[in-house]
Amino acid sequence: MDDKIQNDLYGVAAEYADDAVLLAAVKKAREAGYTVMDAYTPVPVHGLHEALGGKRTKLPLITLAGGVIGTLGGLGLQVWVSAIEYPMNVGGRPWLSWPSFFPVAFECMILGAALATIIGLFAMCKFPLPYHSIFNTPGFERASNDRYFLCVESTDPKFDAKAVRHLLEGTGAEAVSEVEP
Amino acid sequence: MAYDAKDRDEVMGQVGDLLAPGQTFDSINEDITSVILTKKPPKAWYIGLGISGLLLGVLTVAVMHLLFFGVGVWGINVPVGWGFAIINFVWWIGIGHAGTLISAILFLFRQDWRTSINRFAEAMTLFAVSAAGLFPLLHTGRPWLAYWMFPIPNTLGMWPQFRSPLIWDVFAVTTYATVSAFFWYLGMIPDLATMRDKAKKQVQKVVYGIFAMGWRGSSLHWHRYEVAYMLFAGLATPLVISVHSIVALDFAVSVIPGWHTTIFPPYFVAGAVFSGFAMVLTLVIPVRKLYGMEHLITLRHIDNMCKVMLANGLIVFYGYLNEVFFGWYSAHEYEMYMIWNRMTGPYAWAFWMLIFCNGVVPQMLWMKRIRTNVIAVFFISIIINVGMWLERFVIVVTSLHRDFLPSSWGMYFPTGWDWAIYAGSIGFFFFALFLFIRWIPMIAIFEVKEVSHKGHEVHIEDDEPKNG
Repeated sequence: MDDKIQNDLYGVAAEYADDAVLLAAVKKAREAGYTVMDAYTPVPVHGLHEALGGKRTKLPLITLAGGVIGTLGGLGLQVWVSAIEYPMNVGGRPWLSWPSFFPVAFECMILGAALATIIGLFAMCKFPLPYHSIFNTPGFERASNDRYFLCVESTDPKFDAKAVRHLLEGTGAEAVSEVEP
Repeated sequence: MAYDAKDRDEVMGQVGDLLAPGQTFDSINEDITSVILTKKPPKAWYIGLGISGLLLGVLTVAVMHLLFFGVGVWGINVPVGWGFAIINFVWWIGIGHAGTLISAILFLFRQDWRTSINRFAEAMTLFAVSAAGLFPLLHTGRPWLAYWMFPIPNTLGMWPQFRSPLIWDVFAVTTYATVSAFFWYLGMIPDLATMRDKAKKQVQKVVYGIFAMGWRGSSLHWHRYEVAYMLFAGLATPLVISVHSIVALDFAVSVIPGWHTTIFPPYFVAGAVFSGFAMVLTLVIPVRKLYGMEHLITLRHIDNMCKVMLANGLIVFYGYLNEVFFGWYSAHEYEMYMIWNRMTGPYAWAFWMLIFCNGVVPQMLWMKRIRTNVIAVFFISIIINVGMWLERFVIVVTSLHRDFLPSSWGMYFPTGWDWAIYAGSIGFFFFALFLFIRWIPMIAIFEVKEVSHKGHEVHIEDDEPKNG
């Protein structure tokens, strides 16, 4: 019976009024051996991602790739158009008049990098994602206002609803609640 | 004189603060979201929307007239072929640049004071760039063939000429519009989630929910988000400089006296920032009053924007002096004549008005009393907007109207349709801004919360100008 309820949960979430208390709670939960958890905050909290054991995102590499593709694409397009496909003599300039290809190549670099960044971000965060179990947490609408939430998820190998609840209740939480999937 | 110590302390106190004291997360949330979700818009909003809507109608009629009869309805002719279309294009795109400067460059420099105004300024960028894009498009005469400017394979076997600054412009402006729109949207996602959570009506919940993309403020989201925002700021900064440099190259790459100078790109960028900050002030001063946002957009913001404006105004003025110097130092008959004609010829009134608006009036901003007097700043900002429009008028018209041969001299007279499209573009800009104020949180909620959270340490640190 207990097992069934436990598997039916997304996790157990605690609500905090302050980011310092949240950070202390994260530390405590990590020390207790929980690894699969996430915190939800109205503003970015510095050190939170690291405290949760998160790694640095690879997003800058995606941006770099987008920028490189953009530059090469822009440059390639201009060289191909101006020197191969549609060569036109303008004021006696050489077909490969590369200095005049810089502005467009530069703009293509920025465009490629920016598109890669936003697409990369959305893909990493799985946006758009209209439904997520965490929204079932009672009072979660305040996570975008003035409350901080910590949720230990049921996929954690050590997860046990009662134990987690007990742990979180001892961290200065305003409320602790089970989260339906 | 009538300025006793108490007044002074009051002014100083307000100037020193980014936010009025006593703000909590919830009060900030409520103050910004209630404008959209619960409160009725002020009467001035309806009046403003009505007037700008009318002007938008004028734009529609003027554009239809133009498309039907062709660009001959404008005052452009040989030798002045650019006229209002290009003046307005450069003016609008310059205005847009302050938004990117506030959101990207000040972000990279860690200037906390940007937070209350960046959303608004970015919105302004987007609408200004849209208004700007209209003009070269219509100036082509046959805008339905505008796709010829893009490298799209077509049955004519024809490709754009990549050695032309006008094609660089196409790439610069479209990239700028795209990146600005994404940057704006990216900065808005957490706030849209706040709107979704705060909304009471089902329709609002659903619509804000869709645009919030499922943002839930998870630590992973925030981590990636902050990295992405930083990357975007890093990309937008060189972009904004490149865009106006390329706009300047439209002129500088030609061999027209008055256009063919190397100082154009930096001087255009400074001019863009100058006019953009003037426009932000013109917009923000009435809005903060009407919506009671004085505790979020404080005198400190106005004061700082005035300082940026003053600095850029001086760079622009240096540019004017340099143009005169170049004209004289070139010892080139046509260059010397151009600058002499600019100062004493038939358009001398425009030149001297420009010097008055952009060179003389902004000097008042040296005084803190003026910088913290919102009414004075409001009028100065309008004068600068006018001055920057005149600058482009002087650059475009006086450089063209007396060609190399006196036989091809002429005067430029804008027609009613020129004015109608110009006024209409202003209508479009304000119409979009009014809708923005109505539907999107005009101040970045989570960023203001962050500033309030850092608390008084920020204020104390920033009180003195020596802070880093």
